[in-house]
Amino acid sequence: MNKESRFHISKRKALPWYKAWAIRGAAIVLALIVCALITTLATGLNPLKVYGTMIQGALGTPRKVWTLMQNLAILLCISLAVTPAFRMRFWNIGAEGQVLISALACAACMILLGDKVPNAVLILIMIAASVAAGAIWAVIPAFFKAKFNTNETLFTLMMNYVATQLVAYFVIVWEVPKGAGKIGIINQSTQAGWLPQIGDYKYLLNILVVAVLTVLMYVYLNYTKHGYEIAVVGESERTARYVGIKVEKVIIRTLLLSGAVCGVAGLLLVGGTDHTVTTTIAGGRGFTAVMVSWLAKFNPIGMIFASLLLVFLGRGASEISTVYGLNNSFGDILTGVILFFIIGSEFFINYQLHFRVKAEKGGEANV
Amino acid sequence: MFDLVGFIPRAVMQGIPLLFGATGETLTEKSGNLNLGIPGIMYVGGISGVIGAFLYEQSCGGNVVPALALLIPLLSCLAGSLLMGLLYCFLTVTLRANQNVTGLAMTTFGVGFGNFFGGSLIKLSGADVPSIALSATSAVFSRSLGFAEKLGWFGQIFLSYGFLAYTAVAIALIAAFILKRTRLGLHLRAVGESPATADAAGLNIARYKYGATCVGSMVAGLGGLYYVMDYACGVWSNNAFGDRGWLAIALVIFTVWRPNVSVLASILFGGLYILYLFIPSGMADKELYKMLPYIVTIIVLIISSVRSKKENQPPQSLGLAYFREER
Repeated sequence: MNKESRFHISKRKALPWYKAWAIRGAAIVLALIVCALITTLATGLNPLKVYGTMIQGALGTPRKVWTLMQNLAILLCISLAVTPAFRMRFWNIGAEGQVLISALACAACMILLGDKVPNAVLILIMIAASVAAGAIWAVIPAFFKAKFNTNETLFTLMMNYVATQLVAYFVIVWEVPKGAGKIGIINQSTQAGWLPQIGDYKYLLNILVVAVLTVLMYVYLNYTKHGYEIAVVGESERTARYVGIKVEKVIIRTLLLSGAVCGVAGLLLVGGTDHTVTTTIAGGRGFTAVMVSWLAKFNPIGMIFASLLLVFLGRGASEISTVYGLNNSFGDILTGVILFFIIGSEFFINYQLHFRVKAEKGGEANV
Repeated sequence: MFDLVGFIPRAVMQGIPLLFGATGETLTEKSGNLNLGIPGIMYVGGISGVIGAFLYEQSCGGNVVPALALLIPLLSCLAGSLLMGLLYCFLTVTLRANQNVTGLAMTTFGVGFGNFFGGSLIKLSGADVPSIALSATSAVFSRSLGFAEKLGWFGQIFLSYGFLAYTAVAIALIAAFILKRTRLGLHLRAVGESPATADAAGLNIARYKYGATCVGSMVAGLGGLYYVMDYACGVWSNNAFGDRGWLAIALVIFTVWRPNVSVLASILFGGLYILYLFIPSGMADKELYKMLPYIVTIIVLIISSVRSKKENQPPQSLGLAYFREER
């Protein structure tokens, strides 16, 4: 019994940022080496060439860069949405559903009101509907969390699938042509409800909207009373109650905001780029956003880089699969491995290992 | 007329993967680990079994020995899902990473792993077959008792399944017994409710968390194996397993963390999943029927939290990493 372990673990004081990033950087490099090994073992390809192809695929042409930026903007937008909730340790993993339901609301406006109201009015209605739909979808779990302490992780998770099935239902109701199983481009001829395009750049509007949102979110979280209240509730609910913060109110208000930002993502997806709605329009980004937000330590500016990393990996990996004729899930494997390494590296940022010196161990044994 | 005799076996076959997944996740959650990687683990379990069976069938050129055709996929499935469980534990228990993030990353990885090898196994191994159809292995897995067909409706409802289906029920009942009635189960629940207390009582927290999560992963992995080998007749198609992993997590909540309840509840979920096939309805309505399991789960989640009976709550420390020096 009482075997002395060879080391013990203690919590670190805050590490200077450059050291923390050095650890993360080392983790990513390690992950890339492991990925290279996996690539060679599984496919027999030269890993350096594969990485070269990845960079080509993500940044090779201006068009690819724009696509990268567009994907980055949407992922960042959803990550921004989940962050306020995470800061108060409300594990909202329902962003997928919140985006889906707002995309559905947006598409509904475009389909039902497309030729009935002027375009400007239609776009206003679309904005209102998407934002409201996302907010409602997020506030239902929040209400029960605040009132009855219902487990929010599980609740928001279930809400995703309710949203998915709702979209699947309406896709069949509104399918064009009948029996196609998809809606297709909405208002192709009239372009009613399509968000305006800035110059020749199809994606520029989305990117600008998300850039503004990022700054606003940064300010909201760090320099406003609301942001402060969120931080206090996250640190300790009891402290929050003691200093007179109404925790229920903060939970509901924050999730309204969270859902509303997801609504913006849904709006940008349907109104801005895709002009259609499918069950996979969110494409798992609701879940990826959880990882982005966490990787960046819930800091909106850091999230730009975290989502850039993940989007880059995804785009690059899909290029690999087309060039080398691999199944396009290969990217998910690489993304997974890299995430594991980054997740693991957080330990070395937050904790410190103390190795016991042999002599010391002998000394202790004699006591 | 509603075809009950036709309906129940199909509901059961839909329910069995969920039962495996839910039993595994219940064991895991009882130790305080909320493993959202279960969907990924079930994919890995399925594809590991497929890889094992595929290599075996290729190597022996059609003359499979039933015992080996059974053991090889089974063991490779268990090994694959065990590795996933170990990875999850290493990250969340040893390195104290955030469980939600780790779980989601594992699901990304696991689904990708399954689809990648499912899609490129043939190309990678250079075999001369058009698609992965493990009919020989599948025949071993889905073999039911010979006399079942002679027993009419009774045989069809109770005896028409492959052995893994009965294994699932047995595992669920054993898990329920261990959790409820044994000292081991008591300790495990203590670790999940309040690790600090359990630690003070002298339990090795890490060991219990590792044990429960790894066993849970292996059980869940079997769900993937059952799906491919028995339900899908040995044919792997990408993403065919769908969102059953999440449905399994829903089932855990629905049964308020009781594996014995999930035996029947899984059949109920399975039934809701395929109900649209038996009720005359439009194409669109079937999507609404598929929503039912999730709605029902949400309602159970709400009701159990509103009533706030102690025995119906999630384990208290669910989702939290334990660090002795932190309070």
